[in-house]
Amino acid sequence: MMLPRFWPMFRKEFIQMRRDRLTLSIMVGIPVVQLLMFGYAIQTDVRHIPTVVLDQSRTPESRDLVAAFQNTGNFRIVAHVDGRSALDAALARGSAQAGIVVPYDYARDLARRRTAAVQVIVDASDPLSSQAAIQAAAGVAQVRNLVILGAAAGRPQPPIEARVRPRYNPGLRSPNYIVPGLVGVILTLTMVLVTAMAIVRERERGTLEQLIVTPITRTELMLGKIAPYVGVGLVQMSAVLLLGRFVFDVPLTGNVLLLYGVALIFVVASLSLGLFISTLVRTQQQAMQVSFFFVLPNILLSGFMFPRQAMPLVFQWLGALLPLTHFLKVLRGILLKGVGVPALWPEILVLVTFAVGLIGLAVRRFHKTLD
Amino acid sequence: MSEPAVETRHLTRRFGSLVAVSDLTLQIETGEVFGLLGPNGSGKTTTIRMLCGLLAPSDGTARVAGIEVTQAPDRIKERIGYMSQKFGLYEDLTVGENLDFYGAIYGLPAAARRERIAGVVAFLGLDRRLPQLAGQLSGGWKQRLALACALMHQPRLLFLDEPTAGVDPAARRNFWRTIHTLAREGTTVIVTTHYMDEAEQCVRLAMMSQGRLIAVGTPAEVAAQVGGGARTLEDAFIVLQERDER
Repeated sequence: MMLPRFWPMFRKEFIQMRRDRLTLSIMVGIPVVQLLMFGYAIQTDVRHIPTVVLDQSRTPESRDLVAAFQNTGNFRIVAHVDGRSALDAALARGSAQAGIVVPYDYARDLARRRTAAVQVIVDASDPLSSQAAIQAAAGVAQVRNLVILGAAAGRPQPPIEARVRPRYNPGLRSPNYIVPGLVGVILTLTMVLVTAMAIVRERERGTLEQLIVTPITRTELMLGKIAPYVGVGLVQMSAVLLLGRFVFDVPLTGNVLLLYGVALIFVVASLSLGLFISTLVRTQQQAMQVSFFFVLPNILLSGFMFPRQAMPLVFQWLGALLPLTHFLKVLRGILLKGVGVPALWPEILVLVTFAVGLIGLAVRRFHKTLD
Repeated sequence: MSEPAVETRHLTRRFGSLVAVSDLTLQIETGEVFGLLGPNGSGKTTTIRMLCGLLAPSDGTARVAGIEVTQAPDRIKERIGYMSQKFGLYEDLTVGENLDFYGAIYGLPAAARRERIAGVVAFLGLDRRLPQLAGQLSGGWKQRLALACALMHQPRLLFLDEPTAGVDPAARRNFWRTIHTLAREGTTVIVTTHYMDEAEQCVRLAMMSQGRLIAVGTPAEVAAQVGGGARTLEDAFIVLQERDER
């Protein structure tokens, strides 16, 4: 297919992109800022919860227990208090998110072989951060129970041990999970929003009118307009992957070439969606609103931050309608697991279907007239 | 060349229940400067947009440069130049870049493009403006640049939609001198306006009101046809406007 007017369009778009410093810095800035934000700030593994201790027992045993809590790394002792009211106040103020109460008879009960109770109070208004504390507290007790019971039974080795091997992300690090997802989210954001804006801008400024009285074809206009953004998307993706690799130590395990190939399919699908949105709206502001309306479910339902398995079935289905959901599986599959086409072909097939369908939709809607 | 440059039959355009252009039958000869005159909302712009293939007619037919608008709009577009009411070029590109872009879009190869740019730039006195951003030009210069872009591919027909809106009187006179030069060289010029002095400059005119053709002919003939005691074009225009408001 000969598209002689594609190149002048492409060239023009490039000059404009270079001159529009604001958009350019947003397109470069978004990936970097988001990466640093998500990589550093968002840590789903909560550690070092500020903790106050009310030790009424004041014995070597009780001090030993408090040390055991601290050694898990989940609790950071910020203060020792003298009474229950001081502990409650600290929790209420928020200067502590956990309180450990060791009662008077802790050491005595231990010695008498009775159950010695320890109270752990957790601020559960944020379930995510309290969960780690609750698990750690249970763990502390369990480990000590095993030691004591084992000694009593004359059996120092525990009878059963579950040897868990966390594969693909052995350190259970959240950047390994977040960064590949971020590639997909940023591509969605830029491709959908920027394309929709770029076309509506021509309509809004009246330049589209002048353009469509020329013999340029629909295809040349559309391709010339969006092709430069394919380049932008691939640059953004590379930036996130490189920063992820060298700043956050996120592995690039699999075939990077395959990753870029699938990314191209995803980019085409997203661009077509942006193009489609541009045919629905009249102003840049509307384009922005519609795009954000679309981007939000992408972040929430695609499995970027929240596990899809935990969602009600309806939302799992809704999530499956988003190209990002499938692209994320490919991203994590290639980057973390190092798997290839044999494992990922169903997702790739879905992405191809999306791309073809959305191109069709955009081409049908995009006309070379004013109405 | 006996074929008319533009020929419409019962050309109609509706927007919902509004009839913007109604049953327009019109013939424009090759090489004439033809004016479309009428108050705001009389259907001038809609007519021009249909002739340029920007809007599809709801009814009727139109032949432009010998081609039916509904049949092959892209072949018409190779033969016409169009200047919209609102400045439609890229303000973030320089004068030279705009010219080069439109030259390329009209399919001129690089060498021919350079030559043609030199030609229109000399014709319209744009040479010192070439490196300037289009957005920084004044109204008069923007208008010249828009004309230059519309002339890049040497069209046989030139459509100008209120080309002198927001342009100072000296620049307007200059602009009309250019129009007459183009017409002498064989370009058909179709121009909408609501300035009387500009309407007087046209060889023939079509007076429109509320989407209908009221009168067509030389300026004097049009004034006579409108009636209501109108002797000049200006009288005729005011008579029409008052009729519209009633």
